[in-house]
Amino acid sequence: MATLEIRDLHVTVEADNATKEILKGVDLTVKQGETHAIMGPNGSGKSTLAYSLAGHPKYTITGGSVTLDGEDVLEMSVDERARAGLFLAMQYPVEIPGVSVSNFLRTSATAIRGEAPKLRTWVKEVKETMAELQMDPAFAERNVNEGFSGGEKKRHEILQLELLKPKIAVLDETDSGLDVDALKTVSEGVNRVRATGEVGTLLITHYTRILKYIQPDFVHVFANGRIAASGGAELADQLENEGYEAYTKGGPVTGGNSGGAAA
Amino acid sequence: MAEAQNTPVGSTTAGSIAVAAESTVATRMSAPPSFDVADFPVPHGREEEWRFTPLERLRGLHDGTAVATGSGVKVAIEAPEGVTVETVGRDDSRLGKAGTPVDRVAAQAYSSFEQASVVTVAKEAVLTEPIRIAVHGEGGTAFGHQLIQLGAFAEAVVVIDHTGDAVLAANVDYVLGDGAKLTVVSVQDWDDTAVHVGQHNALVGRDASFKSIVVTFGGDVVRLHPRVAYAATGGEAELFGLYFTDKGQHQEHRLLVDHNTPHCKSNAVYKGALQGDGAHAVWIGDVLIQAAAEGTDTYEMNRNLVLTDGARVDSVPNLEIETGEIVGAGHASATGRFDDEQLFYLQSRGIPAEEARRLVVRGFFAELVQQIGLPDVEERLIEKIEAELKASV
Repeated sequence: MATLEIRDLHVTVEADNATKEILKGVDLTVKQGETHAIMGPNGSGKSTLAYSLAGHPKYTITGGSVTLDGEDVLEMSVDERARAGLFLAMQYPVEIPGVSVSNFLRTSATAIRGEAPKLRTWVKEVKETMAELQMDPAFAERNVNEGFSGGEKKRHEILQLELLKPKIAVLDETDSGLDVDALKTVSEGVNRVRATGEVGTLLITHYTRILKYIQPDFVHVFANGRIAASGGAELADQLENEGYEAYTKGGPVTGGNSGGAAA
Repeated sequence: MAEAQNTPVGSTTAGSIAVAAESTVATRMSAPPSFDVADFPVPHGREEEWRFTPLERLRGLHDGTAVATGSGVKVAIEAPEGVTVETVGRDDSRLGKAGTPVDRVAAQAYSSFEQASVVTVAKEAVLTEPIRIAVHGEGGTAFGHQLIQLGAFAEAVVVIDHTGDAVLAANVDYVLGDGAKLTVVSVQDWDDTAVHVGQHNALVGRDASFKSIVVTFGGDVVRLHPRVAYAATGGEAELFGLYFTDKGQHQEHRLLVDHNTPHCKSNAVYKGALQGDGAHAVWIGDVLIQAAAEGTDTYEMNRNLVLTDGARVDSVPNLEIETGEIVGAGHASATGRFDDEQLFYLQSRGIPAEEARRLVVRGFFAELVQQIGLPDVEERLIEKIEAELKASV
């Protein structure tokens, strides 16, 4: 079973000619088949965690380790991480002018699967998945993210999630900017992938809203660059009622270590 | 509207929109247009129109020391039925009608050529096959002149293909009759030792459409002046350009669209990629909207993608408006490096860095390549772009 292990992860970023520590010792274990929600206020470092796992060059790892099935993820290049089975659904996917969605998806699937998917089955696979996400077939001929609405960008991210079938999927605020209908559609896509039991999901969100559609096994509160508390789905209800205040003001910390099976 | 994004060191992007009593485009030239080389002083390099060009690499084209050699370039013209191809002498009265040389080298070419090619598409002839003009450098120095003329309502596609090694100063005139449609693809696929300087003049007839696609890959120095003027109202001009400037190459495109008549349109889009030490691309985009040119609609854009350190871009869009009664006028220029976020996005989907770069560059040029409409030329360009990129990584 695929397992992502994050141990005592410290990450800094350069801003205004100064080095700032954003992640201050994150511990978390995500196993295939599990869904972990990471919740936290703005600026707590949730997105930094997501991008550090994916290998964004802006972030410097200053301590700790990340392994996927024992392999050192931090030693891998960005594309190697993806081929090893890590996927990041981005909050703000970038436009790539002149590169069509269909060309992009096929190039990506070829890289991840190690061989070009058979054309006929591939076209069918893409079409069906797009239909389930309620995406117009004409979408495939548009340029990647160019002129996409917020909802279209998120559908496109989840389309990739479904087609690329990663071992560990990190969804960075996939719910932000979506109306309820789009949120449902996108959540159904995530749930289809979860239902295979073959993906470990790390769901990063600011709001509890998406958790109505995607039930987490574990909820972690992220504050001040680390996991401040861990629990089950009930922790989300508590956050819904009480907000993050207790955690941002250095309130009770009910468990600094990872939740889930490792706790 | 000039914008500079993520501008690499050593690049300049300057833009201006002027509402002037006197044209700065005209006044900044060191001499008025003329067919006679003697009317232009030998440039020393500080003149506005020469300041970006490495004069010492022009092999004497600018100072009168370049002399035509017997085996300069070979010109082969392949034309479908309905097209007349002639070789004429200097005194042919049809030559020089589309525009007057604006700098010393163009005037030198006009003063020095011995024979010109005249390609005529009869009125109302609609060609289904392109006219292909192969200009192959044989290692010598040459001066040339070509005239491509379309009668009223004629439609044609012309591909001018420059290959081999030469020192060439040559002008091309395009004369479009009323309602004619001309697409010209000029490919500069020279050996890296060639020097090519020339002026392309288009005179667009009433309701005629001119589309020019200038593709520059090769040469040590390539300096072209694609220019458009309108003979009557209702004309349209599209000027597209694509260049890939490598280590040590100087590629310069100096556009001018002279909106001298009412209700004409123009759209210019030039895109370039640069890589390697000393790669230098220059783009000048001059658009004049004269007082008489009411109802003008014009836009021009230049984009540059700098792939490595050591390359330099000078991009200068310039728009002069003498009447406010226009439909639209705008320009944009941007020079940037590879967008790290684009590369990160592609790599995060498993695509290796090298392939991600290729995708981004191909995508950057895609909208222009699609404009060509000739599968064999498009394929060759894509292959060229791939080969250039392979050389870089």
